[in-house]
Amino acid sequence: MISLDRRIVSGILPALVLVGALLSGCATTESKVDPLEPFNRTMYKVHTTIDDAIIKPVAQGYVKVTPAPVRTSVANFFGNIDDLFSGINDVLQGNGNRAGDAFGRVLLNTTFGIAGIFDLASMMGINKDPNDFGLTFGKWGAPQGPYLFVPLFGPTTVRDGSGWLVRLYTGPANYINDIGVRNSLYGLGYLNARAQALDAESVLDAASLDRYLYLRNAYLRARRYQLYEGKPPPDADDQ
Amino acid sequence: MLTRMIATLMGALLSLSLAAPAAWAQEAPDALVKRVADDVLNTIRGDKDIQAGNQAKVKQLIESKLAPNFDFTRMTSLALGRNWRTATPAQQTQLTDQFRTLLVRTYSGALSNYRDNTMNYKPMRMNPGDTDVVVRTEVTRPGQSAVPIDYSMEKMPDGWKAYDVVVAGVSLVTNYRDEFNGIVQKSGVDGLIKALTDKNQGPAPPPPVAK
Repeated sequence: MISLDRRIVSGILPALVLVGALLSGCATTESKVDPLEPFNRTMYKVHTTIDDAIIKPVAQGYVKVTPAPVRTSVANFFGNIDDLFSGINDVLQGNGNRAGDAFGRVLLNTTFGIAGIFDLASMMGINKDPNDFGLTFGKWGAPQGPYLFVPLFGPTTVRDGSGWLVRLYTGPANYINDIGVRNSLYGLGYLNARAQALDAESVLDAASLDRYLYLRNAYLRARRYQLYEGKPPPDADDQ
Repeated sequence: MLTRMIATLMGALLSLSLAAPAAWAQEAPDALVKRVADDVLNTIRGDKDIQAGNQAKVKQLIESKLAPNFDFTRMTSLALGRNWRTATPAQQTQLTDQFRTLLVRTYSGALSNYRDNTMNYKPMRMNPGDTDVVVRTEVTRPGQSAVPIDYSMEKMPDGWKAYDVVVAGVSLVTNYRDEFNGIVQKSGVDGLIKALTDKNQGPAPPPPVAK
């Protein structure tokens, strides 16, 4: 999952979440999880066209020219912000232990880890444990809603996409007044996230006959697993 | 005195040679996973060619050390779901061959990246008569959250074999079901065999991004 330039996201993502929510009301369901499949496949094509032409080459270039320790620092910096939101959502889900670990990580890494660029907490054995608003909404009983593929953002659902909107409008970068600095941060965050996805993407390419379906199913299964904290109840897919 | 020593020694050697294969066949599933994973990780760490992405050597490693521990027929039947029963035995053999090739190709691209991984093994509860168990492990990489990997194992005449691998909730086997089902609906079991064959004969997956 990717943090995006706010101007792009604030246009595309809400529109799609809204469209998804509206269409889900009247869609004749072919697939229960993906009633908007034809629409999503079009969006997926739009995405791959832009991604192949611009974003992926830039991300590959970033990996090529930037020394690994620098990339690790960039990843840690944004990972530290992710940890802050993990902690907030741990609290919203009433999980004090996980919240303690997450806020402990943020505290350590922000201070002794110099604004998060060193992940000291992991070295000390306080491990990363991601959490987000989409999972909080799920725990509060919100339905998953239709699957959505959002260009430049990736796979999501109405519930997870709504979670991202909340995150976007509460994100710490909103408190930065210098628009240039803020947009540079969003840009770097996006590049970092895209570069981190390159490895998984090469496995996806090698594994799948239909990338759209493989990605959709993997996304939904992984989110379900996260929602149930590693112990999802058995369903039709399990044998 | 000497004869007794020799007799004892002979007896010890004999019991050892008899006991060894029996112990091997009875190797517990979690012990098997640990032995194979340690073996493969050590081989990767000790082999510069593999770390550099030498695909021939990676493939050899997979074929010699990993693949014998998987039940590819069962994996293919799981990936096909209800369509498996509509395939003839000959088609099932072809499907299994092609699916096996696809999995080996896919994960040989990714394997050379696993050098920095550490595997943790979670305690397993198992009853003596069990023939189907899940071995739970966790892979950690520096600076990233731990990834749980579960191996579904079944007891076969020649020892335990894995028939499913679930990474953070995503089965590397059943994740194919919708894809395979779609192709079978559209162009039959032979269409799926052809699609898999085409994929396997296509360009090799790109090497992983340098770390």
